[in-house]
Amino acid sequence: MQEVLGSAGPQAAHIESLWWFTLAICAVVFIAILVAVGLAVMRRRVRAPTPPDLSVLTKKERGAEVAVVAALGVSLAGLIVLTLASFVTDRALASLGPPDLEIDVTGHQWWWDARYDDQDKQKIFTVANEIHIPVGKPVLLRLRADDVIHSFWVPNLSGKKDMIPGREATLTLQADKPGVYRGQCAEFCGAQHAKMALLFIADEKYEEWAAAQRKTAPEPATDQQKRGRDLFVNGRCAMCHAIQGTPASARRAPDLTHLMSRQTLAAGAVPNSIGHLAGWILDPTSIKPGANMPPNPMAPDDLHALLAYLGTLK
Amino acid sequence: MNPVLENTWRDPPGLLGALSAIDHKTIGKRYLVTAFAFFAGAGILAALMRLQLARPENTLIGPDLYNQLFTTHGTVMMFLFAVPVMQGMAIYLVPLMVGARSVAFPRMNAFAYWVYLFGGLFIFTCLALDFGPDAGWFSYVPLAGPQYTPGKRADVWAQMITFTELSGLLAAVVVIATVFKLRTPGMTLARLPLFVWAMLATAFMILFAMPSVMVASTALILDRLVSTHFFNPAEGGDALLWQHLFWFFGHPEVYFIFIPGLAFMSSIIPTFSRRPIFGYPAIVMSLTATAFLSFGLWVHHMFATHIPELGKSFFTAASMLIALPTAIQIFCWIATMWTGRLRLAVPMLYMLAFFFILVLGGLTGLMVASVPLDLQLHDTYFVVAHLHYVLIGGAVFPLFGAWHYWFPKITGRMMSERLGKWQFWLFFVGFNVTFYPMHHLGLRGMPRRVYTYTDEMGWGPLNLLATAGAVVIAVSMVLFVIDVVTSLRRGALAGDNPWGAGTLEWATASPPPSYNFDRQPIVRARDPLWEPPFGLVPEPTHIVGLAERTREALVTTVQDAIPDHRLVFPNPTPWPFVSAVAVSIMFLGSIFTPWAIVWGGIPVALFVTLWFWPKREETDQAIAIEKRP
Repeated sequence: MQEVLGSAGPQAAHIESLWWFTLAICAVVFIAILVAVGLAVMRRRVRAPTPPDLSVLTKKERGAEVAVVAALGVSLAGLIVLTLASFVTDRALASLGPPDLEIDVTGHQWWWDARYDDQDKQKIFTVANEIHIPVGKPVLLRLRADDVIHSFWVPNLSGKKDMIPGREATLTLQADKPGVYRGQCAEFCGAQHAKMALLFIADEKYEEWAAAQRKTAPEPATDQQKRGRDLFVNGRCAMCHAIQGTPASARRAPDLTHLMSRQTLAAGAVPNSIGHLAGWILDPTSIKPGANMPPNPMAPDDLHALLAYLGTLK
Repeated sequence: MNPVLENTWRDPPGLLGALSAIDHKTIGKRYLVTAFAFFAGAGILAALMRLQLARPENTLIGPDLYNQLFTTHGTVMMFLFAVPVMQGMAIYLVPLMVGARSVAFPRMNAFAYWVYLFGGLFIFTCLALDFGPDAGWFSYVPLAGPQYTPGKRADVWAQMITFTELSGLLAAVVVIATVFKLRTPGMTLARLPLFVWAMLATAFMILFAMPSVMVASTALILDRLVSTHFFNPAEGGDALLWQHLFWFFGHPEVYFIFIPGLAFMSSIIPTFSRRPIFGYPAIVMSLTATAFLSFGLWVHHMFATHIPELGKSFFTAASMLIALPTAIQIFCWIATMWTGRLRLAVPMLYMLAFFFILVLGGLTGLMVASVPLDLQLHDTYFVVAHLHYVLIGGAVFPLFGAWHYWFPKITGRMMSERLGKWQFWLFFVGFNVTFYPMHHLGLRGMPRRVYTYTDEMGWGPLNLLATAGAVVIAVSMVLFVIDVVTSLRRGALAGDNPWGAGTLEWATASPPPSYNFDRQPIVRARDPLWEPPFGLVPEPTHIVGLAERTREALVTTVQDAIPDHRLVFPNPTPWPFVSAVAVSIMFLGSIFTPWAIVWGGIPVALFVTLWFWPKREETDQAIAIEKRP
């Protein structure tokens, strides 16, 4: 699920075939050199320092010269072939058609923000740490970073691309097989670089999913849920998080409008369950030491109310 | 033993004498011992990381400490071990190989060593006090900038760079001047030992590459200390600028670690093949080509940034091309072994390991030279495997071979063949068990610099295997230390030339006297001890007529080593040490306040003035021998 050699789209597939080609050439070279060294070692051996053989200074070593020049010629040819193969693959990687979908992905310490762009402003929506895309269609990612350098990498679909503050990079990729592909930040970005994962989901029901994500959060139904929402909106949560359809609209931390539709919490750190969610809210550093979310000690009643409300954000 | 020369050239006794020492062999040995101590220290940090990664979700070491560990490990290995240990080898061996009595600028050489030592102690002390650097050995901004690494950790890193750069640049100047001006008559450039050629190329690379990182680290300190915005994109600075400056140094750095490895190969293989090396001119040209080409590769560390694709293609081609000079040398060595009579002593085993490890690392280097492949492999464990195969296979294995090879020269005693073989095989097996699995980990998606991973990623077993390999390496290193310590006391006496080698360092006693050669030889061939055959050497065979009661040496011309003029070398003095202390205090202080540069500069200026203040007695002596040697 996070493998270089498990391509699920054309970009990763091009690179995978280049890999096998390069590996084959390199393996042949490696074996040839080892054989040559092995034969050289086995030819003539002495146990103690014998007088040096100075005859080589006067005679022409035709055989060795021819062998070295030939080996050099073969090496040069091999290097040219490898370079050309690399260029051909480069070209192939640039040939994916115009994108069907454009997503702005922004790296943060230590989570991913994804804003699904659309001509129709009403249709724009934002998710975090879990990106669904349609199957078999090129998708353009506009990559940015908010704080330090991150690197976007979903190996089953494509090579990586750095997200550098102050710059914008783009990456086009396509998933041909439906599935869940894991990605992970590939540029060291501080304390929790290790736990900055994302799920990239090639979704056959993408349109359905997108339609659901575009909806605002449902109104709370029970008193407990209402209390939970009030706690969220009037408490500390709303200082960083957003829930569409409520006054909470901060952008410092993941958008939680459809929190419960996601498979993981805290950028892939733990599975998304009520238990983990409670643990995360109370003490994020027990799951991700150094995480930017502060601990939120609260009374059990409050916590239950908050969890009940968050549980409705499907 | 010539008592007059000994009296003239030896370092003074006692503690003050130790602080005043300027003999290049003393300084060289200090470099070697210090660098090995730092190597051991950074190795222990690596072992701790391996323990943390041995199983998924391990809680032995948290992210804060882990990030300090890998940063310090990388920084120490690159800046405080790999480069200085090679410079130490050069400082010890180059004067002996070119038939000189001393290095050029011996006091500056001592100063460079002290600055290096203080820089190294500084970073380890900071790590012990829990403010070791934690932004990676490459310290990418903005992460290493004032906003995302508050506190002093990144300043420690940047200032340690200042220490090692200063020391490295000075040592490079020492080596270049020694090679160009102090060669014994007859040692034309065409007869220069390949070891010296390689060290010369390395020194020039250091001279041209290090200023780049010095600019970068100074700008980083300024950003952090006085709020400039060189690297702050919000204020018009550029985060990518750091990467260009860092890698413009960083890639040549890999090669000035690797080229000395090639130097050891080209010195040791002919000795144990019992013939002069095959293809001397080709190897010299390859070394030079490598030195030049290594400045044209830096962008291959930045393929994942948004640099235009056509530009990246240039760097792919350049990165592929640099394999050629190394290939030429490998073929020449194989030809040397093929046509010679091989003797498989311990140093030679290490040379043979190079062909396995370095070649494998070089081939994975061709893979990451390709932009598309690099986009997948970059910053994964595949690169961790690649770089360790290249640096350990290309530099550390040859270095251990070199250690076994020159240990008899440096100490006068042989190391144990039996322990040496055990150590070699444990190191070789342990190395491959540790690092080979990392190729697979990278392909299976494991990024670098992660302090932990979850069980479901399936990286557990290979990581455990790697950790087991690290234990084997640790055992081999313990054996190595035992071997060194016991050989120092009880090793067989070596004699002048135990391996029957051909270069000049074997023409003198083991260990060499303070003045290196009783009589400085005149050179008429590439392997002066081998050719022309003994007894057929035409006159004159040695330099005569230099003053023995002052440190007088012969300076020769750059190209043909024709005697040019006489020069009196300076005597030992503690001022380089005192100046180095003052410089260190200035550097340390500037972490906390910019005023340290102002006030700290005063004692530095004072001590350096005292260092260069001429003594009436020495001037009189110089004038006297000017008239009559």
